Amino acid sequence: MLKITNLHATVEGTEILKGINLEVAPGEIHAIMGPNGSGKSTLAQVLAGHDAFTVTEGTVRYENEDLLDMAPEDRARKGVFLAFQYPVEIPGVNSAYFLRTGLNEVRKARGEEEIDAYDFLALIRAKMALVEMDESFLKRSVNEGFSGGEKKRHEVLQMAVLEPRLAILDETDSGLDIDALRVVANGVNQLHTPQNSAIVVTHYQRLLEYIVPDYVHVLMGGRIVRSGGKELALQLEDRGYDWIREETAAAAATTQPAGA
Amino acid sequence: MAADNDTISGYAAAFEGFEAALNGGARSPLHARRREAIARLQEHGLPTARFEAWRHTNPAPLASGCFAPVMTAGKLSAEAIRPFVVSAIDGPLLVFADGQFVPGLSRVSDLPDGVQVHSLSAPGSGTAAIISGNLAALTLGAEHGFAALNTAFVRDGAIVTINAGCTVDLPVQILHVSTGQAGLTTPRTLVVAAAGSRASVVETFASTTSGAGVLTSSVAEIVVGAGAVVEHTRIHLHGAESLHAGTLHVTEAQDARFTAHTFCLAGRILREDVHTVLRGEHIESTLNGLSLPLGDDHVDNYTTIEHVAPDCSSHELYKGVVGGRAHNVFRGKIHVHQAAQRTDAYQSNQNLLMSDDAEINSKPQLEIYADDVKCSHGSTTGQLDPDALFYLRARGVGLQQARGVLTRAFAGELVDRLQHEGLRNHVERLVSTRLDAVLADQGEAR
Repeated sequence: MLKITNLHATVEGTEILKGINLEVAPGEIHAIMGPNGSGKSTLAQVLAGHDAFTVTEGTVRYENEDLLDMAPEDRARKGVFLAFQYPVEIPGVNSAYFLRTGLNEVRKARGEEEIDAYDFLALIRAKMALVEMDESFLKRSVNEGFSGGEKKRHEVLQMAVLEPRLAILDETDSGLDIDALRVVANGVNQLHTPQNSAIVVTHYQRLLEYIVPDYVHVLMGGRIVRSGGKELALQLEDRGYDWIREETAAAAATTQPAGA
Repeated sequence: MAADNDTISGYAAAFEGFEAALNGGARSPLHARRREAIARLQEHGLPTARFEAWRHTNPAPLASGCFAPVMTAGKLSAEAIRPFVVSAIDGPLLVFADGQFVPGLSRVSDLPDGVQVHSLSAPGSGTAAIISGNLAALTLGAEHGFAALNTAFVRDGAIVTINAGCTVDLPVQILHVSTGQAGLTTPRTLVVAAAGSRASVVETFASTTSGAGVLTSSVAEIVVGAGAVVEHTRIHLHGAESLHAGTLHVTEAQDARFTAHTFCLAGRILREDVHTVLRGEHIESTLNGLSLPLGDDHVDNYTTIEHVAPDCSSHELYKGVVGGRAHNVFRGKIHVHQAAQRTDAYQSNQNLLMSDDAEINSKPQLEIYADDVKCSHGSTTGQLDPDALFYLRARGVGLQQARGVLTRAFAGELVDRLQHEGLRNHVERLVSTRLDAVLADQGEAR
């Protein structure tokens, strides 16, 4: 489904991603963990097409197409979804309009009919129940005055409405209490099918108790330095990141060719 | 004295011709006002580029050269005015063609109780006193020379009076249509809302042509009685080449609530002077404005809120979405007299630049002579929030559509402030259509 090869990306001339390799097959859940500033959010944003980042090297194939060649809206229409770490407030645009506009664009791209206001209401009610959000949010401006937890639920709501093939959750768990975490995780798990995949970017192992990953990757210094199963997350929880940092440095020293 | 003597002597000669053709009307009280006005115009002239009030708007296209007053109204059909009439409002309607009342297209009978509408050329019984007591009373002394020009050549106009304590639910519509005859037209409106009344008046300026060579010099005067609640909406839908210099002058008595909405949607040069005077205590006054210039358009909203009495509040919000090489100017003066203690005044001007070549000037001007006041102002100018654009795109909304969504939300705040649902929907359609054109006019930007 997704194949990232030697991905390098910079922001304002500073290289953040220094050669990411990652492959995600249909139905898989991959967790990406790592200390602050390691490039986790950059990877998520590059995959969604944020133009603040410049890809300087490497390729990303998504369902056998060049993802990096697509505009952000085309990525979304083809089933890539980013749950934002910092959801944006849009004064004057209510949530219902926002959700329906996005959904209709995605439906059009799938060759489906646009959904009318009546059917949309039925759909959105079901999805809101899933993330335990009150219907009153539909009339409110997008994210304006929402609490941190409400913003994150709203992200998961959008995901549930758009039903992406590849969901990328960028620290969706940060700042959530245990109830909100359970709700968010439940939303993600409901969406998970043998065809749909997810990349879960997180700081803590906590979320992975609810969303069980097939693979865990450690991103450090702009590279994936270690990959493993879900037990790797538990190891990180116990031991932190320093041991990986040391082992990586040692490995780099031994493999460095003489004279380089 | 104006630098351009030829222009003024041209108007003086035109006035003589106008007067000679009045056929007895020269003795009317109205004509006495015209004479005062032409004398004032000859004395003070029209603005020049040296006027501080015209710092960001070159008055030459409006004030240099005499625009011959249009003396006969062009033909106007019901079909032609249909787009400009709020169909959802089945209330009083006064239609003017090139400044002259068109009874056949108007709706002035079977009016709701307590409201009277008349044309200045055929005033009804009892309105003579209202005319002589109020017409030009507010504007003859105005610094704006165009108000004198309007009064000097005014032939017709709308007079709306609302009886004390009466509530008029349906907005009164006044439609000023130019049929494209080149020269000067002088639409005129007088609204007198007696104590405790409630009313809404909508004025639309429109054109059936591009309006090349058309100068509209409009004046509206509004008298808001004690405790009266008045909403006044001006929709500028001039021809793309039209020139307009307008004056709105309002006087408010104690406990009044007045709201003005100004939508500058089309016209080559639109200058709008708004001046409201809060004369009594506990008045709440609001000025709203939305300007959507594109191409080579130039819009200048020159506003003054004068707090004369204590314990009043005023709110002002003007927004602009500016495309092409257009220029949007805002001046917001809040003048707080020494007696106007405990004034609460807030002003905000926000602009979105949709092209690299668009230009704005924003000038707050606070003159405060009282010591116990709360006055604040803010001004922002920028482009659409790139984070919000990305957010929408990440949900599948294309770039152009995302720009449209955000721009409509920005402008929508002012549309949403209209009280009457039918009017709000009408203006929303007009604004939406215009925004499409502004969004398409991005100059060299992507």
